[in-house]
Amino acid sequence: MIRTIVLCLGIASGVAGLAAGCTPVKEYQKNRLNDSEMSLSSRKVEKNELNFQSYREGASGANGGKTGGGCGCN
Amino acid sequence: MYFLLLHAFSQVTSDSAAFKSRKLRLDEVNLVSSYYTQSGDHSAIQGGIGSEKVTDLANGLELKWLGWDARGRKNTLTAGLGIDHHTAASQAWISKTGASRHTDGLRIYPSLDWMRENEKKGSSVSLGAYYSNEFNYQSFGLSAGISQKTKNNGEFGLKLSGYFDQVKLIYPSEFEPATFGSGGRGDHRDYGSSPRQTYTASFSFSQVINTRMQVSFLLDLAEQHGYLGLPFHRVYFTDGVDSVERLPSNRFKLPIGLRLNYFLGDRVILRGYYRYYQDNWGVRAHTASLEVPVKITPFFSVTPFYRYYTQTAADYFAPYGEHAHSDTYYTSNYALAKFSGNFFGGGFRVAPPKGIFDTHLSSLEIRYGHYTQTTDLVSDVISLHLQFK
Repeated sequence: MIRTIVLCLGIASGVAGLAAGCTPVKEYQKNRLNDSEMSLSSRKVEKNELNFQSYREGASGANGGKTGGGCGCN
Repeated sequence: MYFLLLHAFSQVTSDSAAFKSRKLRLDEVNLVSSYYTQSGDHSAIQGGIGSEKVTDLANGLELKWLGWDARGRKNTLTAGLGIDHHTAASQAWISKTGASRHTDGLRIYPSLDWMRENEKKGSSVSLGAYYSNEFNYQSFGLSAGISQKTKNNGEFGLKLSGYFDQVKLIYPSEFEPATFGSGGRGDHRDYGSSPRQTYTASFSFSQVINTRMQVSFLLDLAEQHGYLGLPFHRVYFTDGVDSVERLPSNRFKLPIGLRLNYFLGDRVILRGYYRYYQDNWGVRAHTASLEVPVKITPFFSVTPFYRYYTQTAADYFAPYGEHAHSDTYYTSNYALAKFSGNFFGGGFRVAPPKGIFDTHLSSLEIRYGHYTQTTDLVSDVISLHLQFK
């Protein structure tokens, strides 16, 4: 558990560090960021892939989908 | 279906008054269909041996309505309906003799989500309700979420969800009275059920780093209670006697994920993802994936991808015939075994600005993936996504 907390804090620190070092971006500069392929979520076409992975693998979650429940999977 | 969808949009006028009060109007329709096949030799129903051959045809329809209220808040209502049909060779072996009559099943899962966004404040609230029904499992779920944008192109999100499920207690035939039938679909009306609850708190933070890069951090805390195994999963002990899988009645899951997307040059996008997972059953897992959409033209892209997955075994897992009677908990479900997996494939997406052939079909995406596990499980999945606007 301690290892997980350390990892969690490490990732959070990394993201916070990235956020602190980020460049101000205006709306008109977001043409690349607004590209549909740049979306920070799973693609709709992946929906059923995530479903079968939750049945065949022990891990789930942290991908915008379910972390358990809702089906006879793990 | 395609022509019906085109007709549904034929009366929709273009949106030229986005921030005026406007009633909800159909804005987007998504159709996702997938065909999945699988083979393997570690069926949990036969205690870790036997065919895992499965086929699954999944179809999902999603309708999205958009509107703005008098205060300029954007309302999105999304209704979904999924229907999956599967065949599983192992279902025949719920009966000790492999004689269960039905080796197929249907899963139906409608959903309803509502979100209100205040674009001036950069905040949103959302609510969702979900239902799922298949021959041995029923689920009802609720969710509520909030999000808040920061001044520096960041966004925090929190979503709470709860699933309230019922597992139908269909045991292997040797553990049932002879009057209970074979255990197959349509032959189990007298079985009872046992509850399973899942509560999840999902935290997210996304941040624009520069004009080409953005990242997101995802953390889920999930707690499950109730009947967490499946009653027709057998376990064989060292002396050859069999029983039903027995697992603890609670499980705490902690997955942590990180996404990083980078626009390289003018045509190539790198979509990276990493997840660390652990739970109190002893499973530790790492998942890493990379997708590389390449824009052949501004409206046509191809996307190769690769995903690597590895996990340790749950404390309660042992293969066929290796559990001792003295074990408190036991399972031979290979989803809880130690293994690693590779998933790779590719797809393409067409999304011209005026729609495909000047119709409301705004994008078409096809994707194929091949999956292998070190347990010898092999599967293939092909998916189609059509979006109408």
